[in-house]
Amino acid sequence: MTARRVEGRGSIDRSVPVSFTFADVPLTGFAGDTLASALLGAGISSFSTSVTLGRPRGIMSAGSEEPSALVQVDAPFPEPMLLATTLELTEGLVARGLGGQGRLATAPDPARYDARHAHTDVVIVGAGAAGLSAALVAARAGVRVILIDDDTLAGGSLLDYGEIVDGGSGAEWAAAALAELRSFPQARVLLRTTAFGIYDDGFVLALEHRSDHVADATTSRQRVWRIRTREIVIATGGYERPIAFANNDLPGVMLASAALVYLERYGVLAGEKVVVFTTNDTAYASAIALAEAGAEVTVVDTRDSISSALEGGCRALGVSVVLGSVVAAANSKPAVGPVAVASAAVVSRDGTSSVTLECDLVLVSGGWNPVLHLFSQAKGSLVFDESLATFVAAGPVRGVHLAGLAAAQPDLAASFAGGARAARLALAALGIESGTPFVAPTSDSAFELRPIEQLWAIPTPTDSHEPDTRFVDVQRDVTVSELLRATGAGLRSMEHIKRFTTLGTALDQGKTSGVIGSGVVAEALGATVSELGTTTFRPPFAPVAFGALAGTDRADLFDPIRVTAIHRWHVDNGAVFEDVGQWKRPWYYPHPGESIDEAVARECTAARTGVACLDGSTLGKIDLRGADSAVFLDLLYTNLMSSLKVGSIRYGVMCSPDGMVKDDGTVIRLDADHFIVTTTTGNAAAILDWMEEWLQTEWPELRVSATSVTEHWVTIPLVGPRSREVLATLAPELDVSADGFPFMTTRDATIAGIPGRADRISFSGELAYELNVPAWYGLALWRAVMEAGSSFGITPYGTETMHVLRAEKGYPIIGQDTDGTVTPHDLGLGWAVSKKKVDFIGKRSFARQFNDRPDRKQFVGLLPVDPEQAIPEGAQLIDSPEITTPMPMLGHVSSAYRSVVLESHFALALVKGGRGRIGELIYAWSEGAVTPVRVVDAVLYDPEGTRRDG
Amino acid sequence: MQLIPCPNCGQREEIEFHYGGQAHVPYPPEPASLTDSEWAAYLFFRDNPRGPFAERWYHNGGCRRWFNAVRDTVSYRFLAVYRPGDPRPDVAALLATGGDR
Repeated sequence: MTARRVEGRGSIDRSVPVSFTFADVPLTGFAGDTLASALLGAGISSFSTSVTLGRPRGIMSAGSEEPSALVQVDAPFPEPMLLATTLELTEGLVARGLGGQGRLATAPDPARYDARHAHTDVVIVGAGAAGLSAALVAARAGVRVILIDDDTLAGGSLLDYGEIVDGGSGAEWAAAALAELRSFPQARVLLRTTAFGIYDDGFVLALEHRSDHVADATTSRQRVWRIRTREIVIATGGYERPIAFANNDLPGVMLASAALVYLERYGVLAGEKVVVFTTNDTAYASAIALAEAGAEVTVVDTRDSISSALEGGCRALGVSVVLGSVVAAANSKPAVGPVAVASAAVVSRDGTSSVTLECDLVLVSGGWNPVLHLFSQAKGSLVFDESLATFVAAGPVRGVHLAGLAAAQPDLAASFAGGARAARLALAALGIESGTPFVAPTSDSAFELRPIEQLWAIPTPTDSHEPDTRFVDVQRDVTVSELLRATGAGLRSMEHIKRFTTLGTALDQGKTSGVIGSGVVAEALGATVSELGTTTFRPPFAPVAFGALAGTDRADLFDPIRVTAIHRWHVDNGAVFEDVGQWKRPWYYPHPGESIDEAVARECTAARTGVACLDGSTLGKIDLRGADSAVFLDLLYTNLMSSLKVGSIRYGVMCSPDGMVKDDGTVIRLDADHFIVTTTTGNAAAILDWMEEWLQTEWPELRVSATSVTEHWVTIPLVGPRSREVLATLAPELDVSADGFPFMTTRDATIAGIPGRADRISFSGELAYELNVPAWYGLALWRAVMEAGSSFGITPYGTETMHVLRAEKGYPIIGQDTDGTVTPHDLGLGWAVSKKKVDFIGKRSFARQFNDRPDRKQFVGLLPVDPEQAIPEGAQLIDSPEITTPMPMLGHVSSAYRSVVLESHFALALVKGGRGRIGELIYAWSEGAVTPVRVVDAVLYDPEGTRRDG
Repeated sequence: MQLIPCPNCGQREEIEFHYGGQAHVPYPPEPASLTDSEWAAYLFFRDNPRGPFAERWYHNGGCRRWFNAVRDTVSYRFLAVYRPGDPRPDVAALLATGGDR
């Protein structure tokens, strides 16, 4: 293959040279080139090796169907597995051929990716003759139109086949159509954009290459368009189909249409001595154009006769035509090795004659496959058309209209008319009369789909012992023989054969190989291709980078970050943060040089012996109002809430109907028909939804409204034996005495001059208050608390200390110590389950026998035999240090910490029959290590509860 | 991405919705009077038909209201949407007319 640039052809800008490097060789192309056209223009045709067999590979197509010309880009940014045929040439591009796996960048991608949402009436995919016609008809009728094409120019095959359209060139017509389209304010044209997926209800995803081709771009690199449209026109054209003959993968074997594109778009003559192997008329356009450009061309046509017009056209340019024959093999020069085509073995169909033609380029056309990937994604079904030897649309799909070659419309005139008709169908579906009549342009046609002869593969002599080189899937190195091995092994379905042989599973997803594969298999099975069918098309139509799909939803924007009103103080005071759902919560506040263990020990000591405070604002808070609030709470919670006095607080447990604990928290009665309900931080939204579900679907008659007020209130637990003194300083008008403000009551209070509420609640077992003020004043209150507490050595503490304090008291965290199989009784919270109430959610399940089984897992504490030995969280509990299989599991460790007051590590666990095992020695197994532990009551600290009153 | 016709908000994308399982499975008025099997049937057993199915949906990303829908589990098409407490639509009639959208 000796490709070269020729003068006077192509739309590249020869006044703008573009420097690039390929396989470490500096080269030059022109503005408007693809990497493939620039390489061919530089005379390079072989540049990678195949993945399994290591055979040299070159360029087979000029577009998105390319199975062979894969490259690794090294600069401007490393990106693997791109197609040389669709990669725009840019100044400074560094790339190399890629056989097999590519290389991902190790540095972060500096480019930006984004997304846009668009709503429109008609999306048209493909800006060729049919797509442009459709877009004009739709836009002229005044509807919103988005026209999408993956090429850099509109026009499709109009740019290549040299037809005269309305007296000018096809390219001129396309340019004028595009200009008119852009004059409509409600029409949008997206070039360099691939529609890669069609989903339900007119949802189209497209990837726009915005600045891949621009040096020093200031826009995003790629954009994902999320388009919701009412109607879709698919005018995606066709892919030319190769034929499987021996060595059909050699560099220098190319689709016939691709050579035409390289000549007419890029001014590259792909070979000097050309054999065109065809089963149909369309390849003659390539033969004639290449001959006009100076190549010596021979056409080998499988058919016994061709039209006199074609015959005359060939004769006029000295193109010789061999009828009734096939190219049985492409061959290279043995001395040079299999790097380039040197000859073609031509054999007559009747086997009586054969001749070897010297050549440097073999062009192939086995017919055309309508590009129906998107149609198929839109749930369109396909049927095999014998007259076209390919799959076509079986019937209409609501809201989707095919036009042009995608609709198997056989020539240019039909495509213009078909595009207009598809748009009119779309308009009719929208209930809109088409506006200005569309007069289809007059044109000659260099492209006729029919007649075509069906030919998938050239038979090989049955006595051949050579390895089969008739490639069906060039990228996966799948040959005809491998397909026959699959059928020989008894496989009958294309879906199975695909998985057995890997046919069509490569990056190109079988764009050129799928139909041949079906054809070869059907012949082998003695079935029709119709009976066999094809494999399923799934999105994406072409590969999409994860970066593009992620768009701006990465790093800090991946998920919302929620912070409390006091966050600034935590940051300024060196807090280490923990992610709790979307919340950033202070985990602990290390002093300089302090480890987490040291900091937590210090914070715990302050809470148990002095005074400490926590930012508890993330606690879920639901404001419940309405005359039936108490009735509703009685149904929701296991305990009786309606008996709660105004100004009082009750701990409560809620269950699912199956009786398993769902959440816990406190219920604060502010008025007869006004409650504040607190939930676990991570469960706040779910519990509000839970309430809404019951209120809306089961008990709509209850007059209750539930509102999330988590963000409205800042909550500061003030904890420790000195907390009463600090509160007295902060709220001098409040009676803070043990009798005046008893445990589990609430008081409206002015705290540090801020109107708010103080609740006497303890999640630590110490004397404690929870101070609530509107979030706006949260930081002011926190500063006031720190100031008022300074003389008592007040210590801010984080979630780790909060967990240690609550675990020492045996308070479970729902979702950490429970897993949806745990009842209140399992947790030792049977006292919170009302026996008086007729019903509440979950009550009936407690009457099941299963609930009384003695081997249910129960919530207990664990102390290690060696107090200094940590108990791993998540460890499995077993009753022997000797591991034998099967090893009976007793349960697992759900929480584990080190306790200052206990002077020991400790844990909480769910253990089979746990409360009956108190005092027993069991073992915690984790990652091969066994820790002996003693089962104890879950409440390890102050079981009498004497400390909560200070 | 499918559009779901919320009876309050109109067509919205499916990510705004939360599936709520089979509709018309009321909480028993007197759970205590049920046998264990009856209670288990309420808790755990649901229909799984091929074709029209009355379901509960929650528009949690929108009006935050629950509604019921008859949806074809083969085509995923919503044949009807209606408010909780409204009677179950006549499925045969819906199939004859192709639904209300």
